[in-house]
Amino acid sequence: MKAERPVDLPLPSLFAAMPATAVASILHRATGVVLFFGLFYLVYLLDLALADPAGFERAAAIATTPAGKAALWLILAALAYHLAAGAKHLLQDLHIGDSLVGGRIGAWLSILLGAAGAALAGVWLW
Amino acid sequence: MTPVASLGRSGLADFVLQRATAVVLAAFALCVLGWFLAAPVNHARLAAFFGTLPMRAFTTLAILALAAHAWIGMWTVGTDYVRRHYFGRRHALYLAIYQIGCAALVFLYLVWPLAVVWGVAR
Repeated sequence: MKAERPVDLPLPSLFAAMPATAVASILHRATGVVLFFGLFYLVYLLDLALADPAGFERAAAIATTPAGKAALWLILAALAYHLAAGAKHLLQDLHIGDSLVGGRIGAWLSILLGAAGAALAGVWLW
Repeated sequence: MTPVASLGRSGLADFVLQRATAVVLAAFALCVLGWFLAAPVNHARLAAFFGTLPMRAFTTLAILALAAHAWIGMWTVGTDYVRRHYFGRRHALYLAIYQIGCAALVFLYLVWPLAVVWGVAR
């Protein structure tokens, strides 16, 4: 057994008053899970679209239905946030913005960048 | 508890792997996204883009990176939430089922896009 085991926090009771850093962290996880399952849709579309011109048309038809577009938007929005939060993590590994204040600014920045990415993806798709 | 299902068998190895693969995946995502934004997309252009040797190699690298990155991420989520604290006495069984499901999807994401970009059936 390892001496430095993680502390068991009662997560549900912490949801009440959550700082931006916690929201940023949970969003990073949630968007990662969305991407993990959303990738199935992207690989499916790519498989169809690369097969032949008729397959490409089918993929385009699926991707332009309201549900197809909504799914693409969800995946792109998740990607935008996951990228921003991931970049923040890599910078913090280099001790850039890893103070308490830096962490709060980074959390807000990644949330803002993710929201901007989600908005841009919406503009691009619709 | 020893992390039997962690990828690198140590937290530090997983930490480094997660970051190295993240850089590859970010570069790949931006590359593909940039192409879609820049180009009028049709079958011929898409096939030409993914069919070049550098792009096939880059896609293969991204697929391998994704397998490690997704496994480490989903493993972390699973071991954080599928615990006795939330799932009761049979938590280990539920975690095993969750991890087998994740492993199956990771395997699919390894084989399927590889077949797509290397064009086995074409």
